[in-house]
Amino acid sequence: MMPDLGKYALEVNSSYALSLFALAVIAGLYVRRSRAVKRALAAMEAAQDA
Amino acid sequence: MGWSGRLLPWIAAAAAVSLCSGLIWGYFFTPDDMRQGSTVKIIYLHVPAALMAINGYLLMFVGALVWLIRRQHVSVLAAKAAAPVGMVMTLVALATGAIWGQPMWGTYWVWDPRLTSFLILFLFYVGYIALWAAIEDEDTAADLTSVLAIVGAVFALLSRYAVLFWNQGLHQGTTVTVVDGAKQENISNVFFQPLLLSMAGFGLLFLTLLLIGTRTEVRSRRLKVLQARERME
Repeated sequence: MMPDLGKYALEVNSSYALSLFALAVIAGLYVRRSRAVKRALAAMEAAQDA
Repeated sequence: MGWSGRLLPWIAAAAAVSLCSGLIWGYFFTPDDMRQGSTVKIIYLHVPAALMAINGYLLMFVGALVWLIRRQHVSVLAAKAAAPVGMVMTLVALATGAIWGQPMWGTYWVWDPRLTSFLILFLFYVGYIALWAAIEDEDTAADLTSVLAIVGAVFALLSRYAVLFWNQGLHQGTTVTVVDGAKQENISNVFFQPLLLSMAGFGLLFLTLLLIGTRTEVRSRRLKVLQARERME
């Protein structure tokens, strides 16, 4: 199933690995911070309502 | 917040589908190029990342202008949320370009006008993020970062059009050109179709992260207000 990348396999595969890693990291950081802030705000609003 | 919350899952799903199909199509099912060999597959990462790096900064430019003219908080918070994503896109474009450049040009880096203006664009992204982090007062930070975003937009445009007016560069011309609504034949359809899908994927991923980031910044600001109010009581 893997395509034959010939003598440029290292260049092509490292480009894909590096790019997908970078995109996954930034997406992960955004989602994690979003959840943390949402939780903190909900807790603060609940404490103020109480 | 309401409409963006409802749209977000759909945009995220569309981003995942188009990005995965574009990259899988490009990596597994496109032929090698006659001159570039299999390195042509790097195009499906490099071109969309470069496109979003430039468009991301232009979006920050618009957000900064709206903030300075209309003082709308959401616009500057959207610009703030766009910056880290744009920086990563710039990094991906620079890294994949360098990896492609070694076998094709014989060097990872050359001080070509487009490459240099792209490196400066990356530094503007870093500076913008650092400036937000360095200033405690939110409105002062918004003012100063907006000025920086407007100055940096020159390099965003320069990196987009450098190949057109600097002939001494090593970087080739634009990969995809649209003239009078029609695609110019700079690239064969066999490469263009997955590239288009990949570009849509990168664009939608950018939009997804922009919405998540902006919503987070709005909530974070509300949280700070509530914390300040609690301290005063």
